[in-house]
Amino acid sequence: MTDVLKNTLLFAAVGTLILLTGLMQSWNSALLILNMGLISAIMALGVNLQWGFAGLFNVGVMGFVALGGLGVVLTSVDPVGEAWAAGGIRVIIGLLAGAGTIVGAALVYQNLPAGRSRNLLLILVLLGGFFLYRAIFDPGVAAVETVNPAGTGFLGGLGLPVLLAWPIGGLLAAGAAWLIGKTALGLRSDYLAIATLGIAEIVIAVMKNEDWLARGVKNVVGLPRPVPYEIDLQQSASFVSRAEGLGIDPVTASTLYVKLGYAALFATVLLIIFLMAQAALKSPWGRMMRAIRDNEVAAEAMGKDVTRRHLHIFVLGSAVCGIAGAMMTTLDGQLTPGTYQPLRYTFLVWVMVIVGGSGNNLGAVLGGFLIWFLWVQVEPIGLWLMEMITIGMAEDNGLRQHLIDSAAHMRLLTMGVILLVVLRFSPRGLIPEK
Amino acid sequence: MDFLNAIVALSNFVLIPAIAYGSQLALGALGVTLIYGILRFSNFAHGDTMAFGAMIAVMVTWWFQSMGLNFGPLPTALLALPFAILGTMVLVLITDRMVYKFYREQKAKPVILVIVSMGVMFIMNGLVRFIIGPNDQKFADGERFIISVRDFKAMTGLKEGLAIKTTQGITVVVAVICVALLFWFLNRTRTGKSMRAYSDNEDLALLSGINPERVVMYTWLIVAALATTAGVLYGLDKSFKPFVYFQLLLPIFASAIVGGLGSPVGAIAGGFVIAFSEVTITYAWKKVLVYLMPESLEPDGLVQLLSTDYKFAVSFVILIVVLLFKPTGLFKGKSV
Repeated sequence: MTDVLKNTLLFAAVGTLILLTGLMQSWNSALLILNMGLISAIMALGVNLQWGFAGLFNVGVMGFVALGGLGVVLTSVDPVGEAWAAGGIRVIIGLLAGAGTIVGAALVYQNLPAGRSRNLLLILVLLGGFFLYRAIFDPGVAAVETVNPAGTGFLGGLGLPVLLAWPIGGLLAAGAAWLIGKTALGLRSDYLAIATLGIAEIVIAVMKNEDWLARGVKNVVGLPRPVPYEIDLQQSASFVSRAEGLGIDPVTASTLYVKLGYAALFATVLLIIFLMAQAALKSPWGRMMRAIRDNEVAAEAMGKDVTRRHLHIFVLGSAVCGIAGAMMTTLDGQLTPGTYQPLRYTFLVWVMVIVGGSGNNLGAVLGGFLIWFLWVQVEPIGLWLMEMITIGMAEDNGLRQHLIDSAAHMRLLTMGVILLVVLRFSPRGLIPEK
Repeated sequence: MDFLNAIVALSNFVLIPAIAYGSQLALGALGVTLIYGILRFSNFAHGDTMAFGAMIAVMVTWWFQSMGLNFGPLPTALLALPFAILGTMVLVLITDRMVYKFYREQKAKPVILVIVSMGVMFIMNGLVRFIIGPNDQKFADGERFIISVRDFKAMTGLKEGLAIKTTQGITVVVAVICVALLFWFLNRTRTGKSMRAYSDNEDLALLSGINPERVVMYTWLIVAALATTAGVLYGLDKSFKPFVYFQLLLPIFASAIVGGLGSPVGAIAGGFVIAFSEVTITYAWKKVLVYLMPESLEPDGLVQLLSTDYKFAVSFVILIVVLLFKPTGLFKGKSV
């Protein structure tokens, strides 16, 4: 069996699974799986860039995805003029003072000779800068957050079209990746893992607590959409007549239409990123990356700047995750920092990459679709399984109740088993690297 | 008098909680560091191993309570602890046989083992949620305080009160016993010495006839005991919630790395460094400063450097600073 045939069959199999969902459950759930599958595939491509191409162990995917989501709010929400007038400028100046402190400390550290006077000055700059920053920043935040706290209480965004938010979300993630990469990439691989794990938690903590930025846990809802609203479609006469012509009732037709619209947009983005990743993999740059991954010492001896190359690919991969995060927030129509969890947004993406085939872009895409499908469908399957197992027990049996209630937690178990089985019996994944 | 009040306030809100939290972190970090020293990978499943052990302790505690069995003023969970340790030992040994052994024989790269431990993490997390559910479980009983605020005030006549929770006292005592046992084991017994030899130089240890599988098995047994104890103590002190144990992974790893991965003394020191920094930086100092400063200089705000929600950021920043300036940690760990 040739590779092309095998890959086609694998994708056809996943496609069939989604089609079956449509036929057996509903087309709405099938399209929902498709849309999130497209987004998951992009996340998997991002992680594959870092892990598959360069062997970088990034377990902070959640942070970059969340930053992408933040990008949507900062780009597409209308600015809150009153809040800007109340303290917006002050907040910005405060942040600049904070950034200035860190730059100043770095300058002191780099330019003065080592010794006690340098350490003293360093501590002085850091402490003074910190209190200056808090003195400017805190009143500004308080002022912004008191402006209509139930409705806004934040600075708002730029009021730009929501599609622009996707690249901007990617840029935000790339910026954060540059900062973290600059500090942590020179270290060994385990340390990078812990550092990225930490940065992801910090990003989420900031998004949960800095209400002036994106309302924190109060969430920003009703984000603008790139596709029409269902309710508008249902009221448009031409849409209703066309839906009836196809024999679907207008309400279902409108939801399907909206989801198909998203699917088309997401598929376009996936295609662009996939083609770029393929081109990168086959280019001299991609070969260099793989050479570095396989033998860092040899690559360094050939004159390659390993840390710098790592920084490049770390930023690129994180940007891709950021774009996917922005798309996901657009699909949800809301930013809810409380829902970001590392198991779902970091480790699940890792399962996708490993199962699909690390180092192979097609594999990452396949893994994205397959694992997302399983993640969604394991729950009903688990419930069904539990009902089958407990069918002989009495209706009010405690164990039966417990098993059925716990079926929802089957998915973590299943994902772990899938990951371990693939690692053991097919460690290079479903579509291995060539 | 004001000075005394300041000291009492400081102990009550900073020193005592930080010592208890530091002991819990140190026990967790010891497990991580042992795995790293002997099996040579960062075990991401450690937090969930702690959760699993604590879960067994919670269930055994409930069983004891339903039988009317208790430990007097001490929490029943201490009686359940040995059972929980046994259960966790069985679990990690099964995991090692079924999962890790294969990769050890293949001499897989450490990073592959880390990914494998991610899979184990998923399974253990799923198991815990499956068995006990994702919610908060309270299982502490017995006397709540060793010294309560009111008693302390009556005893000393000071304005500030000092409370020591039973769980905090137990945490420190149990941690000291565990650490003493561990060091006695590592330094005095034959198996402990062979473990240290294996960790220092694998090839040399193998040449001297040390059985690697035996060393690995003992390591897992010790790690299971440490993880369960840490998990139960943390659960007693705060409350048992599966997801929280996963979040403990970051401070625990930070402790182990700050101390120097592979160095048991470092893990303990790291645990206290992280715990004290987290608590001091997120504590609102106003209460202490009010006693120390003349009235005219009293601070207006809370004098809290960072809100408590950013405690992760503290362990993270310390981790980064130590890694940048002293990559092998405070006590020379391994740098593979």
